[in-house]
Amino acid sequence: MTTTESFASEAANSPTAPIVHLEDVGKSYGNIQALRGVSLSVRQGEITCVLGDNGAGKSTLIKIIAGLHDYTSGTMSVNGEERHFASPRESLDSGIATVYQDLALAPLMSVWRNFFLGNELTRGPFRQLDERAMKRIANEELTKMGISIPDLEQPVGKLSGGQRQCVAIARAIHFGAKVLILDEPTAALGVNQSGVVLKYVVKARDAGIGVIFITHNPHHAYLVGNHFVVLKLGRVALDTQRADITLEQLTTEMAGGSELEALSHELRDLAPDAVADVQDAIQAQEKE
Amino acid sequence: MASTITSPATADDRVSARSVGARLLSRPEIGSLVGAAVILVFFLIAAPPFRDINNTGTILYQAALVGVMAVPVALLMIGGEFDLSAGVAVTTSGLTAGLFAYQFSVNVWLGILIALAVSLAVGAFNGWLLMRTGLPSFLVTLGTFFILQGLNIAVTRLASGAVASNSISDMDGFGAAQKVFASEFKLGGVTIKIIIVWWIVFVAIAAWVLLKTQIGNWIFAVGGDAAAARAVGVPVKKVKIGLFMAVGFFAWFAGMQLLFVQNGVVQSGEGVGKEFVYIIAAVVGGCLLTGGYGSVAGGAIGALIFGMVQLGVVYAGWNPDWFKAFLGTMLLLATIVNLVVKNRAEAR
Repeated sequence: MTTTESFASEAANSPTAPIVHLEDVGKSYGNIQALRGVSLSVRQGEITCVLGDNGAGKSTLIKIIAGLHDYTSGTMSVNGEERHFASPRESLDSGIATVYQDLALAPLMSVWRNFFLGNELTRGPFRQLDERAMKRIANEELTKMGISIPDLEQPVGKLSGGQRQCVAIARAIHFGAKVLILDEPTAALGVNQSGVVLKYVVKARDAGIGVIFITHNPHHAYLVGNHFVVLKLGRVALDTQRADITLEQLTTEMAGGSELEALSHELRDLAPDAVADVQDAIQAQEKE
Repeated sequence: MASTITSPATADDRVSARSVGARLLSRPEIGSLVGAAVILVFFLIAAPPFRDINNTGTILYQAALVGVMAVPVALLMIGGEFDLSAGVAVTTSGLTAGLFAYQFSVNVWLGILIALAVSLAVGAFNGWLLMRTGLPSFLVTLGTFFILQGLNIAVTRLASGAVASNSISDMDGFGAAQKVFASEFKLGGVTIKIIIVWWIVFVAIAAWVLLKTQIGNWIFAVGGDAAAARAVGVPVKKVKIGLFMAVGFFAWFAGMQLLFVQNGVVQSGEGVGKEFVYIIAAVVGGCLLTGGYGSVAGGAIGALIFGMVQLGVVYAGWNPDWFKAFLGTMLLLATIVNLVVKNRAEAR
């Protein structure tokens, strides 16, 4: 049995043993409670989508898991062990890799140098960079992910947004991530580029990685997600499996659901003709 | 794989591999290399003494005086910072060694070691304060520039009663130290100052470190995007403090050269304005002021251009007043070339 198989069967046999588990986690900055009573489970080979509007607490949540901030209440366990991360390095060392919106790539450095940044391979008594091996591995890993970059010497800044996103994801996977946090990977991308990135997200999941996919686009989330968590004002507003929700419901929930409906009634009172029914609008959007 | 068309790895047909020429043109030092060639040919034609092989040693010496400091200044600039105190730090180093050895009547080598410690400490202080406060390096090193400039004069006057350090030329260890830092030898009739040899060695080592080691990769990364570097585990603070300490180390070396070439006396007011010359050499050599891009070899070529122009103007029999105007023009041209290069590299 290969590692991947045992990974998969483990995940299948023990669906109740999540790799990262948050229980009632809260985070306050002084008198501001950015996150309150959030519970979340991330399992291997599953994509957990975290949705929410701006300011809903998505960033705070990933910063806690990525080790940039510590939480102030509740518990977070990684591999069944309770943890408080003091630095991003500790989070990385427990197999949690984060691909941030800004991607953590240096734009003027070449693709292969970026791929191995912080984890350079060296050889010989003078610890010289093993350029040949690094270029070969970077090329292999990127090809495995289905990305073709003909010239690994070109600066990362010359790649398209989707390609850069994929380089960052491929790097995280190569360096042994068991949990991959993707912070709005499709936010700045066009339709085709988003599709490319979503394909890699699915590939990462199929490789047995637990993916946390942060987004405010319910369409992207519903395409790939196994499990959805919607945050609102720092609380979990919805936590459901894919089987129990439709895209329409998810969209409504994301868009603000009942609040938005109330708003539409209010606006209708002011200008009856100008405001469409929210439900109609969403359904029309679905049909497109 | 049989079906290359359906393979997800099919190359994007909009991207073609870059030609060798295009790759060569995208090297950071290419602009300065072309500039150096043009200036060389120009002065070979315009200034007859420039063609005299005996003057080659003098030109290289002028270049090395700038070039030794251009090495760490280029590295620091690639790492995203610059150091306005680098010029006076050289004087501080020379004064420290001279004054310490004289005042405490100890072997010259002990003074040299104390100067090394002081120089490294100044660099570490710059780096530490920068990382601690998050202020721009312009402000932090402008502060240390004035502090060192003031201390140089004040401490010298306090210790020696004059504006120069006391001569240490008759003290123990002076001869050996002078051999190391400021001797000269003949090579095929050309007088070569030892600092030229040191300069070449330093450039070779620093270029190797920058391009072929992990530290070098980290220097590019902290200058290119410090937040990104930190996120993947690069010790950003250590790298930046280390770069400032490298400036300290080279300032120590240049200070020793200054001390021993002037027979053990250093003028306390020296060095002001030199920091800009080092920065010019690095920028002309293709280093981006904003960091993340550049080369050590480029800084060396920048220093060589500086040496050639400085002496070329003299050899051509022109008024040396023109030199600075020439230098400024070159700086502007170089930065424009660099800007174009950067925009091209970042173009999507």
